[in-house]
Amino acid sequence: MKTLRIILKKEFRQIFRNSLLLKVIFVAPLLQLIVLPWAANYEIKNISLVVVDTDRSGFSRELVSKISASGYFVVKENTSSYEQAMAFVERDEADILLQIPTGFEKKMVRESHQKLLMVANAINGTKAIVGSAYLGSVIRDYNGKLRTEWLNGGGPAGGIEITSSNWFNPAMNYQVFMVPGILVMLVTMVGGMMSALNIVKEKEIGTIEQINVTPIRKYQFILGKLIPFWIIGMLVFSIGLLISRILYGIIPEGNLLLLYAFLAVYLIAVLGFGLLVSTYSETQQQAISIIFFFLMVFNLMSGLFTPIESMPEWAQWIARINPLTYFIDVMRMVVLKGSGLRDVWSHLAVIGGMAVFVNFWAVLNYRKTS
Amino acid sequence: MSAVELEHIVKTYQDGGVTAVKDFSLKVNEGELFGLIGPDGAGKTTIFRILTTLILADSGRASVNGYDVVEDYNEIRKRVGYMPGRFSLYQDLTVAENLHFFATVFKTTIEENYDMIRDIYEQIEPFKDRRAGKLSGGMKQKLALCCALIHKPEVLFLDEPTTGVDAVSRKEFWQMLDQLKKHGITMLVSTPYMDEAVRCDRIALMQQGSILAMDSPEQLVRSFSGKLYQAKSEQKHRLLKDLRKHPQVVDTYSFGEYLHLRTSNDSKEVLEALKQELLVQGHEQLVMEECAPTIEDCFIRLLNQE
Repeated sequence: MKTLRIILKKEFRQIFRNSLLLKVIFVAPLLQLIVLPWAANYEIKNISLVVVDTDRSGFSRELVSKISASGYFVVKENTSSYEQAMAFVERDEADILLQIPTGFEKKMVRESHQKLLMVANAINGTKAIVGSAYLGSVIRDYNGKLRTEWLNGGGPAGGIEITSSNWFNPAMNYQVFMVPGILVMLVTMVGGMMSALNIVKEKEIGTIEQINVTPIRKYQFILGKLIPFWIIGMLVFSIGLLISRILYGIIPEGNLLLLYAFLAVYLIAVLGFGLLVSTYSETQQQAISIIFFFLMVFNLMSGLFTPIESMPEWAQWIARINPLTYFIDVMRMVVLKGSGLRDVWSHLAVIGGMAVFVNFWAVLNYRKTS
Repeated sequence: MSAVELEHIVKTYQDGGVTAVKDFSLKVNEGELFGLIGPDGAGKTTIFRILTTLILADSGRASVNGYDVVEDYNEIRKRVGYMPGRFSLYQDLTVAENLHFFATVFKTTIEENYDMIRDIYEQIEPFKDRRAGKLSGGMKQKLALCCALIHKPEVLFLDEPTTGVDAVSRKEFWQMLDQLKKHGITMLVSTPYMDEAVRCDRIALMQQGSILAMDSPEQLVRSFSGKLYQAKSEQKHRLLKDLRKHPQVVDTYSFGEYLHLRTSNDSKEVLEALKQELLVQGHEQLVMEECAPTIEDCFIRLLNQE
């Protein structure tokens, strides 16, 4: 016990003396938490649109003004030449081209149906898909309005009207959705990277030689490395939670204690992963390369940015063995929905299993190498 | 009982591709200051790492104070002090913190064993709040020695403690080891410097993983049979070439400002004849005289016999 205490004391001294490391641990994640959520936003605005209006009628003008009034589109050019408009798309200056054919108004009144051409620039896939969907809905809306006002002579409109409501995130605010996930990502990076680097550093500068000829037991050395970063992980998470409350107004719906209980187990798994990497690397450069590879995969395949359900089957399997997937899910469930232990216990069991597995492997491998 | 005992130790690296130590046997008596002398790659560090339980030998048996390095490694770790060749203390902790840390992990206190390190620690005490990484090379060595001594070890292993240290600090360091002998600690020291060998009670000359000779330095020098001459002239480089060509010269090599050589026949006549020949060949200010062999001469001779 006394040995463990002196080791912990030594570790904390070393961490708190390394001012750059301290900044990386505490300041960098928080800056990321302040900056990243604003970038991770799927709401698309300022879609540039070119209109080819060869009709030049009241109907076409009204449609264009309705589109620009929607707030999502910037009408770049309204020309009557298709070639001229297409040049905008080719130069990547326009995202979507909308062609209103000659006789749009006339035909609309006479035959009560008309066709429009929409060309989306799919270089930026998200913008193309979301943009055409927005444009489609604006046109549909206008279509409905025309029908009620003109064609049916003010009579009641037919068809089905859909009203939707977003549960758990009524304003459909992306920050509310992203911040808890990003917080998980940051805690993972701090925990996984720092623990691995710290152990490898002792190997690299040779201090482990001196430690290995003392009566310090392996488990004492390992605990001495993991406990400080477990505490730091908890601290970073708490500060992150505070920032999301102050900056983004996110107040967890569910039980904080449950969140912390899950974090406690999750950190053991992440730190174990760091320990495992450290047993396979001799230098900090090797360790950072391995960690970087895994964190990249973990971050992108965790459902943080894109839903897991839309990944191909094999990718879903990777997501399933990714600890981040579970914690991000739990964070969103507890923070946004207020889920209780009953809802997340299966997640907890999986993470607990991972923690045991990865630590067991790490300790086994640690023995073999030294 | 010997303080350190190695019997037929073999150690290879890279799955047998590189042999570091072959059939190595050695006994170090209690309280002895024993030196492993040899160039880089002779296997000195491997011996230390086996004895300090850091690595396992492929075959053979080794023990420290009667404890087997494989079976009783935990006992050994409590009883030995080890100073690796590379400075292995925490550079970001201060002098005092390093010492306190190692005292605590050995379940003792600085106060309890202060008499052990007093002479050495007093020299670095003015810097006790300085980080170890900011110390000079000589002071780092002193701190490392203090940390290796703080638990009153029975056997002290010092792997090339004077490599990379200035001449004055080297001398001081050996004086400290002399002082430590009074505490009855057995010490095993390695060094590539032949001139340091005379400070040991006994030495083993090592080359490529085996022992060439093992004895007290005095005895080793005494066993150097035949006469050794030193020679110099204004044309040192040519002198070496000329001597190597000469049929009567058995062995010649550069040694400081002189060349050392042995002749096939130790008689005065041969030496005189050689001298005359060299003068004829145009060597100026030629000096050629008998000299006392050193450990290095013994080592070179043993190497050539191999």
